[in-house]
Amino acid sequence: MSNKITPEVVRHIGKLARIELDDQQVEMLGRQLGDILRYVDKLQALNTDGVAPMAHAVEIHNVLADDAPGQSLTADEALANAPARDNDFFMVPKVLGDS
Amino acid sequence: MSEQATEVLAIVGLEIHVELATETKMFCRCRNRFGDPPNTNVCPVCIGMPGVLPVMNSKAVEYSLKVGQALNCELPSYSKWDRKSYYYPDLPKNYQISQYDLPLCKDGYLDVPLPDGSSKRIRVLRAHLEEDAGKNIHDNPAHTGVDLNRAGVPLLEIVSQPDMNTPQEALSFAREMQRLVRWLGVSEANMQMGHMRFEPNINLHITRGGTVYKTPIVEVKNLNSFKALEGAVTHELKRQYAQWLEDPEGFSLDRKGKQNRGWDDQRNITVFQREKEEAHDYRYFPEPDLPAVVVDDAWRESIRASIGELPLARRERFIKQHQLGSKEAEAMIQDADTGNLLDDATAMGAPPRRVVNLMLGRMSAAANEKGCALGQLGVSAAQLSQLAIMLEEGKLNATAGDKIIDHMIANGGSPLEIAGKLNLLAESNTAAVEQWVDQAIAANPDPAQQVRSGDKKAKQAFGFLVGQVMRISGGKAPPSAVKELLESKLSAK
Repeated sequence: MSNKITPEVVRHIGKLARIELDDQQVEMLGRQLGDILRYVDKLQALNTDGVAPMAHAVEIHNVLADDAPGQSLTADEALANAPARDNDFFMVPKVLGDS
Repeated sequence: MSEQATEVLAIVGLEIHVELATETKMFCRCRNRFGDPPNTNVCPVCIGMPGVLPVMNSKAVEYSLKVGQALNCELPSYSKWDRKSYYYPDLPKNYQISQYDLPLCKDGYLDVPLPDGSSKRIRVLRAHLEEDAGKNIHDNPAHTGVDLNRAGVPLLEIVSQPDMNTPQEALSFAREMQRLVRWLGVSEANMQMGHMRFEPNINLHITRGGTVYKTPIVEVKNLNSFKALEGAVTHELKRQYAQWLEDPEGFSLDRKGKQNRGWDDQRNITVFQREKEEAHDYRYFPEPDLPAVVVDDAWRESIRASIGELPLARRERFIKQHQLGSKEAEAMIQDADTGNLLDDATAMGAPPRRVVNLMLGRMSAAANEKGCALGQLGVSAAQLSQLAIMLEEGKLNATAGDKIIDHMIANGGSPLEIAGKLNLLAESNTAAVEQWVDQAIAANPDPAQQVRSGDKKAKQAFGFLVGQVMRISGGKAPPSAVKELLESKLSAK
């Protein structure tokens, strides 16, 4: 199960997470990620025949809230930590295309 | 080389995103409301602050299950949430909470009426609940503004099987879905407000000389109008066929895979966005902050019971129960309120035919003028039923009925009061009616003579005299009594 974490895999994950990595970091993270996967792989040794797959770690379910409005922030509060704002909008570098 | 017979089959599937009309967002209690000032319906949960805890909106789950039930879906006992990771400024957490492998609804179908009067069953693969993203504002050329009011609004994604074969079928499916979610009261499905967005998947299966060629599947992203949906599918079918003709072997699903395109509504064409090979790696994994949704039989039963009669079943019932024509029945199911009005008025004892004529006559015209649905004119079942009964009993003629409709829409009030106020009640005093008839005959001796003689023009002259009596009476003469009196007075002497 533990595919070797190649430098390409580390760079790909880095790109997906928008983190720039130098060669040294790629080497180090590859080693660390591999160690983590090998550690988790130990679970594979456990016999799980007849055990239903578990999708969530907690047994509780249906934790639902009523559809009743609560308190929201003001625009100023919401934007207080933003690196930049344009009037009451968060300001970000130009995005091409719309979502 | 001789020209071989070529058969082209279009294969179209549709993803439909529907914003649910809840009061609050999916995982926090900020308001779900269009058009508010930017970044005022936001809180730490929906702007992606660390350490917050999302909590499911019970109404959104219920609405989704209702749609699933109405789409004849299985509502699985166990459904869970997953994180779909991607970076985009309008997605503040850098992941979207969605449902990956265990959606709330799966394996259903929708019977879709087509313009030629037939219908087609389109299978539904799944319907899952997720949260909407915010909005990017591109007003400024130098940077992008982000409004997170929409971030976290409950969004139901309905995925069809590729069962549609024409742009018209895709359009009909989308329109039927719009009617259905409105019917169920789970979404306003207002296109201008972005409540519904479409993403069709399109390719061609081309058979020539015993070989089936499949063109690469194109997904057209984020269409926000029916016109764009129809245009995008139409354009793709043409474009793919033209491209296949150029290179039948190379332009294939096997070699090219899938591709995303966008819609350019200025030029009415689709434009290339990216190959699916470069598609986001979403790295789905179970959302640790949200426990599962468990649906038991009791919940399923209450959802089933809350659905009520659906459009096509109601259409069939109206045709059988009230002998409506298929066009009339279709008009009665444009939305739930319209048919409810007919049901409620007839339950109060009004003759269905009279009610239908009033609704599809003057009321329908008034609704068109106002640009609203029949059910939104403000005419109640009680008003409508009283009016229909008065017409049936001959207390009003049709023109008076129309006047009363207009008056009710403008000012409210009961038909009986209005008829009294506007002096529209048919004259029940036979002597008075007879006097009007005599006046009309005396004032129009030539037509009267034509009726007596029974010549070619007798029928036309008779109609003219009826009109004259109505005019003299100010519309108060009951037409049936007028006709009887004219007939007896002008029968051959």
